Amino acid sequence: MSSASLWRFKQSSVIPGFGITLGYTLLYLGLIVLLPLGALVTKATSIGLTGILSTAADPRVAAALWTSFGVSLIAAGVASVFGLLVAWVLTRYDFPGRKLVDAMVDLPFALPTAVAGIALAALYAPNGWIGSFLEPLGIRVAYTPLGIFVALVFIGLPFAVRTVQPLIAEIEGELEEASATLGASRWRTIWGILLPPLLPGILTGFALAFARAVGEYGSVIFIAGNLPYVSEIAPLLIVIKLSEYDYTGATVIATIMLAISFAALLLINLIQAWSRRRYGYV
Amino acid sequence: MSDLSAALPRPVESQLSVVTERKLVRWVAIGIALAFLLLFLVLPLIVVFAEAFKRGLAGYFAAFQEEDALSAIGLTLTVAAIAVPLNLVFGLAASWAIAKFEFKGKSLLITLIDLPFSVSPVVSGLIYLLLFGAQGLWGSWFMAHGIKIAFALPGIVLATVFVTFPFVARQLIPLMQEQGTTEEEAALTLGASGWRTFLTVTLPNIKWGLLYGVLLCNARAMGEFGAVSVVSGHIRGLTNTIPLHVEILYNEYNFVAAFAVASLLACLALLTLALKSFLEWRHGADLAGGASH
Amino acid sequence: MQSNSLEIARAKAHSRLRAILRAVGLIFIGGAGLLTLSGTTSAETQLLNVSYDPTRELYREINQAFADEWKAITGETVTVRASHGGSGAQARAVIDGIEADVVTLGIPSDIDAIAKATKKISADWRSKLPSSSLPYTSTVVFLVRKGNPKRIRDWDDLVKPGIQVITPNPKTSAGGRWNFLAAWGYAQTKDGSADKAKEFVTALYKNVPVLDTGARGSTVSFAQRGLGDVLPAWENEAFLVLDEFGRDKFEIVVPTLSILAEPPVALVDGNVDAKGTRKVAEAYLKFLYTDKAQAIFARHHYRPIKAEAAKPEHLAELPNLKLFTIESLQGNWDDIQKNNFDSGGLFDQISKR
Repeated sequence: MSSASLWRFKQSSVIPGFGITLGYTLLYLGLIVLLPLGALVTKATSIGLTGILSTAADPRVAAALWTSFGVSLIAAGVASVFGLLVAWVLTRYDFPGRKLVDAMVDLPFALPTAVAGIALAALYAPNGWIGSFLEPLGIRVAYTPLGIFVALVFIGLPFAVRTVQPLIAEIEGELEEASATLGASRWRTIWGILLPPLLPGILTGFALAFARAVGEYGSVIFIAGNLPYVSEIAPLLIVIKLSEYDYTGATVIATIMLAISFAALLLINLIQAWSRRRYGYV
Repeated sequence: MSDLSAALPRPVESQLSVVTERKLVRWVAIGIALAFLLLFLVLPLIVVFAEAFKRGLAGYFAAFQEEDALSAIGLTLTVAAIAVPLNLVFGLAASWAIAKFEFKGKSLLITLIDLPFSVSPVVSGLIYLLLFGAQGLWGSWFMAHGIKIAFALPGIVLATVFVTFPFVARQLIPLMQEQGTTEEEAALTLGASGWRTFLTVTLPNIKWGLLYGVLLCNARAMGEFGAVSVVSGHIRGLTNTIPLHVEILYNEYNFVAAFAVASLLACLALLTLALKSFLEWRHGADLAGGASH
Repeated sequence: MQSNSLEIARAKAHSRLRAILRAVGLIFIGGAGLLTLSGTTSAETQLLNVSYDPTRELYREINQAFADEWKAITGETVTVRASHGGSGAQARAVIDGIEADVVTLGIPSDIDAIAKATKKISADWRSKLPSSSLPYTSTVVFLVRKGNPKRIRDWDDLVKPGIQVITPNPKTSAGGRWNFLAAWGYAQTKDGSADKAKEFVTALYKNVPVLDTGARGSTVSFAQRGLGDVLPAWENEAFLVLDEFGRDKFEIVVPTLSILAEPPVALVDGNVDAKGTRKVAEAYLKFLYTDKAQAIFARHHYRPIKAEAAKPEHLAELPNLKLFTIESLQGNWDDIQKNNFDSGGLFDQISKR
């Protein structure tokens, strides 16, 4: 144990309870999260890399992954744009009911996904409140990829708003004023001075909304239409593979999605490391 | 050090700074934002209640006369009553270890705690089926010993615990980091025991943040659909939680009842938002740790 | 000075902590109470019937009738629980360990799958109960919107360009498989060629905009969400839509030829022996063949095997049409499942785009 003085796992502290709390944390994390996920990856990799690749290259699986990815990216993008606008309006402007609207932004987070699913399906069905307006225009939302998009924007919105809101609140008035005094137009001030520091927040919000959207199930299946090659999402395909007794297929898709989750989390960490270097805060 | 803690709903102290856009631009922006929120947030909420009350009060309450609905409510309460305290204890232990000490691999640990947040609910259910299903790794052993996990309460609880895993911990870690260790060190120097220091110094400091985390954890636990759907087996009156019961009613053309039961969950969501807003308004400063750096 | 303020903080914290602990305690007691509550209800005999999608209304009534009968005969209380979903998904749940005492699925191959994967059902399950373990049969008819605006009369109308057909995914749903086999059998009988039949189902599935995982999902898509022009459906499901949504909104079209749909039942030997419920479970399955149950089947628009037990007005509602069995065209069930629906089978071939 002499190496302990050279390389210390933990810095010394007078505060007790490190061993028991960290031990419990690791045990609980291991049992609830790591062990089951390990079992998943083990099962999936039991068919070898070629097996995994050929499953992923199966046209229907590829189409579902593509749908999940593509629609999630677009939905996260749209949620980010409107999230920025909503965050801006809620933080910088005053209007009646602002506090109420602010509280409502978290609704998609608190509302169970199945409830959101049947509500959105009821709204956008050809005979629903919104659907009946769109039907004469030739726009079908429910049971098309557009329906998936609507559900995923709903899911992603709170992340997009809540990650930029604190940054907008922290914008320093002096910079803004200086820019205006120096003769920059308001638009240029926003574009050149105000927006860049918000970028890490926007990107984090985007990545979080994307990560949630890719895996989303409950709100989507009621409104998607679930047609292979068109509006079938990857999580649903996992459920379908299970129904077909194809455990390996299900675990392979699940593992691919797990890798996506990891990548998204990694991306978020990178964005934050970058923004710490560049702006000195997150 | 913000990761997901930035994403979980979190109080924002908004300050109305000098508005420098032109009035017209301002109102157009407000108009677009509100129209968007109306379309995407308010209408779905309204439609739940509108459909639920389509056949009047009697039709609404008829949905709750059914035995299956009551047992679904009972099961959901039971699952939340087990899953939330489990994650509460974990959240306290994890945030104590992470916030009060410096050790190697801390950021990896935090990332792993975040992981369940971005895993698809379907995958969250599937992994327990792989372990505890009859064809699973340990399934046959548990079954041989008469312990039911998949398609029974323990499986549903496990899936729920997984899905709500990071909620309390992620709320507490930034808060406890913000508060540092000086107060605890003072108490310890004065001779208090570790446990006593935790109870009398740390806990009072984090109680509102804790409540906040528990609130979010609970809302998610009661509303989880995908993960529970995979492990539940959908046995009427036995393993159907409220969200699963909503799906069943919906699939039985019983739309009024489906939306009536769904409105129960919508009310839970509204209550959560109201309590959350109250906490932010009343104890904003005690919650805001970590948000401002 | 510091210790003083610490003292106050400590006292305050103590009272709050007590409140929190009390709340946590209450939650636990509540949870435990609910657990014991559910424990006491499970003290009586419970049977679990894992069934397919459209039988929800049917088995609610059958289960109650059986419980009443059992009580009257033995004085014992039995509760029959039911679980419904796509037939394939339900079979998978049984394979994964859901403790079904009996399975009442939509198509024989799903029970075969359980027998093969778990050995909890013996391979010769079909011969254990009367009429090949089929207490009732059904068929596939078309449901269209009132007035039949697209003039759909027979299977040939379903492959016409511009017609939207709503049918569930044959991979997960028994109803979906009967629809597929019915269409295939119709074309095969008409043209006498397997290639022509393949072309026919290819054209038909090109007209499908939504593939739900269960028959019930498809019905909801068609009837509630207003999708598509025609719903090939279980006969009982089509009648149920008329009852639920009103005869002024939909009508049934009977094709010239359809399939004899055979939804079988079986005892899960492995589970009933482990649970000690064999006696009740066997009685439950026998009950399905009694006059009382047969009359209930007819009332829910299934085709009872004992027609004399049913009320004439219920039988009169069922249309008269020519039915074929798929076994007469394609041989045994192992081959039917493998050639059509397993990975790489006919359905996979035609749905590649």
